[in-house]
Amino acid sequence: MKDSVFTVASVMRLTENVYRTELTGDTSDITASGQFVNIKIDGLFLRRPISVCDLDGNTLVIIFKVVGKGTEALAAAHPGDTFRVLTGLGNGYDLSRAGNHPLLIGGGVGVPPMYLAAKRLRAQGLPVTVILGFNTSGEIFYADEFASLGCDVRITTVDGSMGTRGFVTDALPEEYSYFYTCGPEPMLKAVYRMTKTPGEFSFEERMGCGFGACMGCSCKTVTGYKRICKDGPVLKKEEILWDK
Amino acid sequence: MNRLSVNLCGIELDNPVIPASGTFGYGYEFAEIYDINVLGTFSFKGTTKDPRFGNPTPRIAECTSGMINAVGLQNPGVEKVISSELPKLGKCFFKPVMANVSGFSVEDYAYTCALLDKEPQVGWLEVNISCPNVHGGGMAFGTTPEGAAEVTRAVKAVTTKPVIMKLSPNVTDIVAIAKACEAAGADGISLINTMLGMRIDLRTRKPVIANTMGGFSGPAIFPVALRMVYQVAHAVKIPVIGMGGVSSASDVLEMMMAGATAVEVGAANLVEPTVCRDIIEALPAEMDKYRIGSLAELKLEK
Repeated sequence: MKDSVFTVASVMRLTENVYRTELTGDTSDITASGQFVNIKIDGLFLRRPISVCDLDGNTLVIIFKVVGKGTEALAAAHPGDTFRVLTGLGNGYDLSRAGNHPLLIGGGVGVPPMYLAAKRLRAQGLPVTVILGFNTSGEIFYADEFASLGCDVRITTVDGSMGTRGFVTDALPEEYSYFYTCGPEPMLKAVYRMTKTPGEFSFEERMGCGFGACMGCSCKTVTGYKRICKDGPVLKKEEILWDK
Repeated sequence: MNRLSVNLCGIELDNPVIPASGTFGYGYEFAEIYDINVLGTFSFKGTTKDPRFGNPTPRIAECTSGMINAVGLQNPGVEKVISSELPKLGKCFFKPVMANVSGFSVEDYAYTCALLDKEPQVGWLEVNISCPNVHGGGMAFGTTPEGAAEVTRAVKAVTTKPVIMKLSPNVTDIVAIAKACEAAGADGISLINTMLGMRIDLRTRKPVIANTMGGFSGPAIFPVALRMVYQVAHAVKIPVIGMGGVSSASDVLEMMMAGATAVEVGAANLVEPTVCRDIIEALPAEMDKYRIGSLAELKLEK
């Protein structure tokens, strides 16, 4: 965990309310895909946790949906603006368990953390299948970026305006060795039911600190109480209890 | 001579800055980011007789200049705290630590305090009779002078270390409760715990906090906390620890001028993990500004 100042390098609007921001700073504490950072925003008390989408030297990429005051302020940032950022938070995905043909499943703003996972799995030379689920074609982002990594990309939209009509679970491939997923809880529950292999799920929760001190984001698991921010946000399939 | 040192119930502190219970875990998360031995001490996560998961989530809500929490005393229970948390704490903190205790009956409080009193690293017992987030206990004892005195007496009867009673602001007369604790043998008073509050999500039209209400803390409550510390410090002879929205060196000085012997820092730790170290480093220059030679000289003139 590190608390340091990051500078906005660019802000790009990807869809109506989804933004991609590049920040430069000390990224040395970010080790795994699926980790997150906690961003201090002037005028707001609690920091805002946002997942790591990509990492390249001193550059950190985040993609977020505008849902409230914190993300509104982030979206309104300009190149050169600075933020205090806590980095290296959360456990992240364990890519050593991927097997020979991993599957990545991202839904909506659950898509961003899949990108760094895909990039690292492709760098190991593994074939990677990615399912990206959205409500409608206008919400789709990053499909081309996953394709550029050489992933087999499958799109689903609830209204059928692009790709397979339905949910991410309607596009599950026949064969895969292991899976990594992030998305809204109903999607995660469906993935839990429909997948045939072990895998890892990334969860979201309202957090106080983001580093394990306040017990604000606790959940019950098969292996005891866990803090989403510190022991998660990634839980393994076999440890999840849905009656949190 | 150390300009920052203060004496809290017979134990010398290098400085008056104490991270408050529930915002600092057992210390080791913060030890990743700075050497926590710079602290006066810290009050570890509230401990109960039995393990507790606490309340359902969401437990946290943003507020203007503050936050609401409704964690509900999640902790592994006193036996596990002693067997696995205190050894880990002892590897990164080498000073006497403050044990924070809560309960659901007078017997619970006495049981948990008696066990923690035997731990060599425990310097003080801070008895929380003011948690707003659990039903049937916690704050129930802190809302009447009789209840507060009963817990104080029961804990004092089974312990040897200084007992500091942590009071709730959600009462009509906090001074009467503080005096009742003092008369029952308390060695110190700490205040204030969080103020009961709530938020509603306009989209769902429902409370943000799953438990409906929670404890409001952060800079927004500082003036209320300062006023209560002032009132209590002027009414009792035992040391008072001031807390509630403290987030800077000037806040610490203000609390001490109101009569606090030491100062706890709570919610600020969650958003600025190094805030306590930063306050300690900033104190000498802040004292120079107001020609304060040493913190000990700020002792309340009654």
